[in-house]
Amino acid sequence: MDVLVCIKRVPLSGGKFTITEDGLDIETAKLGFTISPHEEVAVEEAVRIVEQHGGSVTVLTLGPAEAEEQIREQMAIGADRGILIETDSQEWDPQATATAIAEAITEDETDFDLVIMGNESADASGYQVGIRVAHKLGRPIVTGVKAMTVEADKATFERPVKTGRELYEVSLPAVVTVLDGLNIPRYPSVPGRIRAKKKPIERRNPERPESRLVKTRLEVPVTESKQAQVLGSGPEAAPAIVEIFKQIGVI
Amino acid sequence: MVLVLVDHDHGQLDELSLQAVTYGRELAASTGEPLDALVVGADGRSVAGALGEHGVTTVHVAVHEGLTDYAPLAWARAASEVATRTGASVVLATGSPRGNEVLAHLGALTDLPVAADCVEVTPGSPTKVVRARWGGSLMEEANLHGSPALVSLVPHTIVADPGGSASGDVAEFTPTFSDADLLVIAKPAAAAEESSGVSLADAKVIISGGRGVGSAEGFAPLEELAELLGGTIGCSRVVTGNGWRPHTEQVGQTGTKVAPDLYIACGISGATQHIAGCRNAKTMIVINTDPEAAIMGYADYAIIGDIGKVLPAIIEETRKAKAG
Ligand SMILES: Cc1cc2nc3c(=O)[nH]c(=O)nc-3n(C[C@H](O)[C@H](O)[C@H](O)COP(=O)(O)OP(=O)(O)OC[C@H]3O[C@@H](n4cnc5c(N)ncnc54)[C@H](O)[C@@H]3O)c2cc1C
Repeated sequence: MDVLVCIKRVPLSGGKFTITEDGLDIETAKLGFTISPHEEVAVEEAVRIVEQHGGSVTVLTLGPAEAEEQIREQMAIGADRGILIETDSQEWDPQATATAIAEAITEDETDFDLVIMGNESADASGYQVGIRVAHKLGRPIVTGVKAMTVEADKATFERPVKTGRELYEVSLPAVVTVLDGLNIPRYPSVPGRIRAKKKPIERRNPERPESRLVKTRLEVPVTESKQAQVLGSGPEAAPAIVEIFKQIGVI
Repeated sequence: MVLVLVDHDHGQLDELSLQAVTYGRELAASTGEPLDALVVGADGRSVAGALGEHGVTTVHVAVHEGLTDYAPLAWARAASEVATRTGASVVLATGSPRGNEVLAHLGALTDLPVAADCVEVTPGSPTKVVRARWGGSLMEEANLHGSPALVSLVPHTIVADPGGSASGDVAEFTPTFSDADLLVIAKPAAAAEESSGVSLADAKVIISGGRGVGSAEGFAPLEELAELLGGTIGCSRVVTGNGWRPHTEQVGQTGTKVAPDLYIACGISGATQHIAGCRNAKTMIVINTDPEAAIMGYADYAIIGDIGKVLPAIIEETRKAKAG
């Protein structure tokens, strides 16, 4: 079973985001980078599938050269090789992203049985790259999956809905987009980190097509300028809290 | 014409669709066009009346023998057929899992760009949108170059409002599908396990714990307080990542979005991705040892202290108050 997982490097901010002067990006000078929890569980699931069935896990990302860091982190979890589609500093829109990913998959020497992606990216959250890739590959896709069973030539996907769960049965090869909660990702081991350094990464440099969804401005919503009223610094504040419970009618 | 993609479950109308119809009505009024809607599946006929009351002129109902359960690609194929036949200028879906899914398939089928999770749409060329990023922690203004404009609306951007009474004429048609369009079909599984108590999304009171709770056992006092206040437990991703609580209790960008009357955040730092799930809480109380924690900037009240000491005191005071 050869599984490909798509991930995306995004800034990680503990507090509020700061926007760059040109109003187009997040100020990242003081931030670390990560991937979405949706993608962390995607890689973990791929590693588990290969532990069970044999095969390989490839991690693909479209992003700046620095995104090698995110590929290596997932190699420490168990991915075998990486594909880095290197971009300029500009943001690629969902159509351009899907086209480049589908091309990389088609041109790869491995015929992937399963492509796993996050249901939506952490930052742009466009809800569409996985579906566009599946169309370009001519493969079935199920989205928003929170449990799956993979057999030799078919997979069963489970998706939470308001009324319970929906089941989808699909023959492989297929594409699936997954949600946080699919599993609990393992932490990388020290030997895993050491092995990760030597694993191969293939680089691709396609041209960026014209964007058709063009970001013109980013903004932090203005509604958030509260500052909590401090009621105390220990158990002695409990009566004041209970007063609030009464005021808002929860007791 | 503005075309709204309506979501329903075997004839049961999704309330978010009425919000999209209400927004679609405003768009149609601004461009002087009629408002149409698409419902897929024969049992969707029953929702036409409600759609008419909300201002829909023509309800296109796609009827096909292969269409009983939800099939995302087939729904998009039907949408593509109607959009082309009617010359729609905007196709509007709900920013729900299904709405965004069908819209993305439509974008792939037609090779048109899609703007998901919009809070504002101004049709034109290009169409201007304001859309949510990072689960709503950032807003993006963007230009969408394509016609029809394919957009979805963030849930609860607008209140569903009838008062746009239109004829709601039903126009049935049989869409043309290939076998591939019906390859992925939902089989409804056994309904959700009987859960005790209220669901997190609908809870009025949530006692939420983060890394500061320290362990699975550390949630005992949170559960006790939840019980006293008729509330339910929420948590941060650090908590689900450590396996202390199930993911169904995670609040945030990749968890559940909640809007309770009261949210008590215990040992949670307030990362934007957590706030993305609880920014609509009416009252937020924080218990945290760190007066500089980011969550102070979102909360109404705070106790700067150790939850291990503060929670037992609150529980005791609450007991006393309830006793009389
Ligand atoms: C794309 C993306 C999506 C994400 N989605 C989510 C999501 O859905 N939900 C989510 O929660 N996170 C999400 N995260 C993770 C998020 O960025 C944070 O890592 C996480 O919310 C931090 O959890 P925490 O507040 O429990 O832990 P920490 O940030 O470690 O904070 C712990 C807090 O506890 C306080 N504390 C410690 N001990 C005590 C004590 N004894 N008494 C009182 N206070 C104490 C500390 O002062 C600190 O403020 C996401 C991240 C990314 C990148």
